Amino acid sequence: MIFAAILAGGTGTRMGNVEKPKQYMLLGDKPIIVHTIEKFFVNQKFEKILVLCPKTWIKPTMDLVNTHIGENDRIIVIEGGNLRNDTIMNAVRYVEDRYGVDEDSILVTHDSVRPFLTHRIIEENIEYAQKYGACDTVIPASDTIVESVDGKSISSIPKRERMYQGQTPQSFRIMKLKELYHSLSEEEKLILTDAAKIFVIRGEEVRLVEGEVNNIKITYPYDLKVANGILKGEEE
Amino acid sequence: MINTLYRLVSSKLLEIDYEELDLDDQTVLVRPTYLSICKADQRYYQGAREPEILKEKLPMALIHEGIGEVVFDGTGTFQPDDVVVMIPNTPTEKEEIIGENYLSTSKFRSSGFDGYLQDYVTFTPDRLVKIEGEVNPLVASFAELISVGVHSIQRLDQFSHQRRNVLGVWGDGTVGYITALLLKIFYPQARVLVFGKNQDKMSYFTFADGTYLVPEVPPDLRVDHAFECVGGQKSQLAIEQIIEYIQPEGTISLLGVSEYPVPINTRMVLEKGLRIYGSSRSSREDFEKTIEILEKHPEVTDYLENLIVAVFRIRTINDIHQAFEKDYQLNFGKTVLIWDK
Repeated sequence: MIFAAILAGGTGTRMGNVEKPKQYMLLGDKPIIVHTIEKFFVNQKFEKILVLCPKTWIKPTMDLVNTHIGENDRIIVIEGGNLRNDTIMNAVRYVEDRYGVDEDSILVTHDSVRPFLTHRIIEENIEYAQKYGACDTVIPASDTIVESVDGKSISSIPKRERMYQGQTPQSFRIMKLKELYHSLSEEEKLILTDAAKIFVIRGEEVRLVEGEVNNIKITYPYDLKVANGILKGEEE
Repeated sequence: MINTLYRLVSSKLLEIDYEELDLDDQTVLVRPTYLSICKADQRYYQGAREPEILKEKLPMALIHEGIGEVVFDGTGTFQPDDVVVMIPNTPTEKEEIIGENYLSTSKFRSSGFDGYLQDYVTFTPDRLVKIEGEVNPLVASFAELISVGVHSIQRLDQFSHQRRNVLGVWGDGTVGYITALLLKIFYPQARVLVFGKNQDKMSYFTFADGTYLVPEVPPDLRVDHAFECVGGQKSQLAIEQIIEYIQPEGTISLLGVSEYPVPINTRMVLEKGLRIYGSSRSSREDFEKTIEILEKHPEVTDYLENLIVAVFRIRTINDIHQAFEKDYQLNFGKTVLIWDK
């Protein structure tokens, strides 16, 4: 079985002085999160689409789903966790408890604030997770990446052709993800910035899926302007 | 949902555009799977249309031949994963006399509005025909082109007298091939003769009852009815020869598209009492008949497979460019796109 986990757990503290978390702000005529959920909803390969959001936003999110997509039993809204990986593990627990998972069960995780993903990206995530166990959506880095250990001066400049920018989806075989996550120490868990790292730390292969430049993450108010510009075909 | 479109903005320049679309109870959402390049798309791509036309129509997503899979149907007509042929002609009014494909108010994909180079394409259910049986998807990708041939033959039935012993097809290209092949299905008793300029191309027409190079047609040969599948400026020569070789009161079907006016010897048309009719776009009934033929006559699919000369898996915009460039170099056959973008 294939499941999607749309990660909307953040409260959007980086978005400036706004009332709503960023995923609930309008892009065109609909909230960003609705656009994202719809992309997964129309793909019939997904048994269930879990939307993981802050507790106080569970009801409003269900209302939005009912209004824009209609009542259905494929979209399930549940509470996320404090950190990204807590949220993902909530999703894992939920599907495990209710539907059972086996070696072939796949979880496609995606940021709720990346509504521009395409059909191909989703399809290749499913395919690569099935074939290789884990995959991450990336685009080649267009800027030179500079490393600084102390935040004051450059400690190294890696070769740009080896650098990629991580996007989402990130997709995994659920049983493998769970097994690796539970094998980590609390210290190791603390340094995890994303789920692919759970595999990388344990030396497991994570395949690259080619992303799209426009598969942007709407994090800052400027991003929302860019996203609306992209949607309306205007130059930003 | 935000849909992604790959639009031609000017000659050989494609860009990505996004549009919002709603999943409502009027809409069927289709994921294109197998598409085919038409000459009309190629003319847009190469910028070989009048500048005013290009200015008016672009930016526009190209391609109007293709099949896809239903991913969402708010109307309840189809099931998810149903394989469907997409009908590019889109009527905007109901008309009892004039066919939907000839109404000036009808819109046409990759001509009046966006074609199939999109992540998902929205339709009303009447613009989709389900494929129930086993049909090679590479062949079904150009069902639209086949349906135009079906349409012109259906109209022959409507317009022509009953003597259909010898049917002539002028043109050794893809449209000529499809039309001649379909004539063998619709009129198995008739002799189907093909007239062309290129012996190599005519060697593909193995099902025909005779092939003739146009300068070498025996003077006493006659056809009852004829199909012009040449197009361009050369249609003039083809029509001239048809008028010469057709029996009185025969019917001439014009299928070749020309960007320029083509002179016709009206004196001989009058003298022989000929009927000339045009056929270009097909209607839903023609698509249904096309799918029926493909499902019932596997041998037709076998012959049509020979038309496929290039297949491209499309993952990037660059793949689209490569497919169009390759297609431009072909002098015979179809380029099929496996849509993986």
